[in-house]
Amino acid sequence: MNDKLKIFLTGVKDTSPLMVPVVPFGIIFGVLAIDLGLTPITTIAMSIIIFGGASQIIFLQLISAGASSLVILSSVGAVNSRHLLYGTVLSEHLSDLNLTWKIIVSYFLVDQAFAVSNTYFKKNKQDKHKHFHLIGGGLNCWIIWQITTIIGIYLGSIIPEKLGLTFAIPLTFLALLINDFRKIINLIVIIISGSIATLGYEIIPFKAYVIVAATAGLLVAIILTKFFGKNYE
Amino acid sequence: MSNLALIIYCGLITFLTRFSMIAVLKKEMFNNRIREVLSYVPSAIFPAIIFPGIFINTNGGLDLENNPKILASIIAIIVGIYTKNILATIFLGLAAYWFIIFV
Repeated sequence: MNDKLKIFLTGVKDTSPLMVPVVPFGIIFGVLAIDLGLTPITTIAMSIIIFGGASQIIFLQLISAGASSLVILSSVGAVNSRHLLYGTVLSEHLSDLNLTWKIIVSYFLVDQAFAVSNTYFKKNKQDKHKHFHLIGGGLNCWIIWQITTIIGIYLGSIIPEKLGLTFAIPLTFLALLINDFRKIINLIVIIISGSIATLGYEIIPFKAYVIVAATAGLLVAIILTKFFGKNYE
Repeated sequence: MSNLALIIYCGLITFLTRFSMIAVLKKEMFNNRIREVLSYVPSAIFPAIIFPGIFINTNGGLDLENNPKILASIIAIIVGIYTKNILATIFLGLAAYWFIIFV
């Protein structure tokens, strides 16, 4: 088997355990999109064009709350700012790639692929085909995401509204954040951001509560990490 | 702006945040301090989606009394902290919610 394929398949294999939570997430996204009145085509277009769970969910949440385009765009940007961190961390391993490969790799840079490829890159610094690992992991995630979106679209027309599936949105994000609940600085940031978003939900104009709360939370993180240094559990 | 145009712009933003650092950075332009602060981004943003989803009712008002989502979320947090399992957290939270509203 040639090297590139082997590395690609390692990426697929490494991300597979992380695909388990992606399945309900994708289905929930599809169901909610249909519930909120998006067409199946628009819903699929979102999963292909945006290809980011958190961005797509917040898009739905804000569009159903009647937020303006500008607020939706900036909120999606805010949610995505974590990718800057991923890119920063990975750039030292990918700086030798040409532009086309950088574009392809970037499209597939999702949370799960980042998590496993970052580890792989550190162990295989010298391998010049190592980016195939991230593409394998990202493509694995992509396929699961598209399939589960379609399943969700189908289920969305069947599942009754009173099941309250919209509650799955906060639950999913809660689950993604669960390790941060153990760390004191993170916990403070979580409570401050959440309180501002909740209390400001009706008051902050243009439904900009996500951006306002996130900015406040990050400012608190900047101050607390300055005074307390390293995070401790 | 039409939904499709908005989706395309959101897709562009998502792509650019993934692409920009890989395209621009040559090793170590970001210091550890910035990295550390960026690691708090999820903790700063996700609660802004989580909390209103729990405490705000469908009419946009604050809902603190007889709100089954609050208890269900507390159960989900406890499950999450003990199991560290994302899937268990989501499903037991949903199960708790359904138990409270239907049973």
